[in-house]
Amino acid sequence: MAKSPVQFRLNGSDRATFVDPGDNLLTTLRRGLNEFGPKYGCGQGACGVCTVLIDGEPHLSCLTLAVACEGRHVETVSGMADGPNLHPLQTAFMDNFAAQCGFCTPGMLMAARALLERNPNPTREDVIEAIAGNICRCTGYEPIIAAILAAAGNRSQRQA
Amino acid sequence: MALDVRVATSMAEAAGILAADQRTRLLSGGTLVMRDVNEGRFLDGTLLRLTDPAYRQINASGARVELGAGATMAMVLANRDLAFLHPVARAVGGPAIRQMATIGGNLFAETPYGDFAVALLALDAQVMVQSGYGSARAIAIEEFLNARERGGAGLVTAVQFAKPQNAADFRFRKISRVKPKGISVMSIAAHLPNSGSRITQARVAYGAMAPTPVRARGVERALEGKPLDAASVQAAKAAALEGTRPATDAIATEWYRREVMPVHLGRLLAGEGR
Ligand SMILES: Cc1cc2nc3c(=O)[nH]c(=O)nc-3n(C[C@H](O)[C@H](O)[C@H](O)COP(=O)(O)OP(=O)(O)OC[C@H]3O[C@@H](n4cnc5c(N)ncnc54)[C@H](O)[C@@H]3O)c2cc1C
Ligand code: FES
Ligand code: FES
Repeated sequence: MAKSPVQFRLNGSDRATFVDPGDNLLTTLRRGLNEFGPKYGCGQGACGVCTVLIDGEPHLSCLTLAVACEGRHVETVSGMADGPNLHPLQTAFMDNFAAQCGFCTPGMLMAARALLERNPNPTREDVIEAIAGNICRCTGYEPIIAAILAAAGNRSQRQA
Repeated sequence: MALDVRVATSMAEAAGILAADQRTRLLSGGTLVMRDVNEGRFLDGTLLRLTDPAYRQINASGARVELGAGATMAMVLANRDLAFLHPVARAVGGPAIRQMATIGGNLFAETPYGDFAVALLALDAQVMVQSGYGSARAIAIEEFLNARERGGAGLVTAVQFAKPQNAADFRFRKISRVKPKGISVMSIAAHLPNSGSRITQARVAYGAMAPTPVRARGVERALEGKPLDAASVQAAKAAALEGTRPATDAIATEWYRREVMPVHLGRLLAGEGR
């Protein structure tokens, strides 16, 4: 089967590649575009480690057909920092020891980012709900919840 | 042979393609289809994408609601006219799944999935099905679900139902072991319109209590014409298991599902917490 071209914005830059028709976005990012931010966990939608933002909303890249991303904006953890300046969520994850092995972290950060863009002042329940599709085997979730709440607090303090 | 992707720009075109080729599967949100692709269960055939904006349209401002089959759970959650359905849409997976999962796909999701379909069954929805290039015809959701296993249903374009006159008449509860996200041990939806404080046209539906979502006819009979009081709730609980055929799966045993269904039904009807 012939490969198909696909073009989309990736973290603000136009990118193009060729994919097999049934390729998912995760494979396309990792194998075709050397974008290793999103991880491959289950390939079934169950772990959330492949979460990316598509046009600002969280999607599971393992369950997204690559050709369906034509013309859309895909954002991964690699695009979160502004040059050497980490995103407040990234800083909060470090400060709150919210990563151990770090495997879930790219997906957690993307889920958290989607939440804070929609709701800058989330409650603890909002945070739990936002990361409900993301599995972490190491931290027990509490440091992650604390980090996201801390990042939200810092953001609202900066805006005040 | 390999996998192919086609794009249809209108619902008629999509229905025509699906009717002409048994090896074509519609990719709606893709949350279940892509799993099959990733795991090599769907290697040889065509994935059909449908870009018709009408497929995703929601019309909910009037007394009759129409949800395009391509509308997602997130779109339901963003619609204020559909507030009574928000607990149902919120019960489906985590936020990323809800962004992708569609109403049409949920009608085909195998047990223990299909939580939204359970709500649609309690709302007496009509499923609009287009087979080939003709126009869509309405099929009662119960008939649609009974026929689902036989396959070849065509394209589901939309679902339609009357909006509950009073949002409090509609109740939904998903019972799962992992909170806030987790697969259903079971789900229950009830639409209990009342006139003069007596229930008329009671509809109660279960998920994960049979191979497809099913109506709880014994419960409906027990409630019909009665006020929602301790006696009718007790009678409903006694009839809770009529017509059920729960399975044993990774989430729960058949025995457990039978044991706890009357308890959760009783709490739902009595308006109690979990
Ligand atoms: C991690 C995870 C968690 C989940 N949690 C839940 C949950 O809590 N509750 C729940 O109910 N479900 C859950 N699901 C299942 C699923 O995501 C939903 O049921 C969803 O609504 C399916 O919709 P979809 O558009 O993604 O389906 P798709 O994968 O696009 O399609 C599913 C099937 O239906 C067919 N189909 C889809 N739309 C149409 C149409 N319009 N006409 C004809 N055929 C059609 C497809 O060809 C395919 O065979 C979960 C799935 C995953 C991966
Ligand atoms: S790899 Fe995508 S959800 Fe697990
Ligand atoms: S830090 Fe190891 S899985 Fe979350």
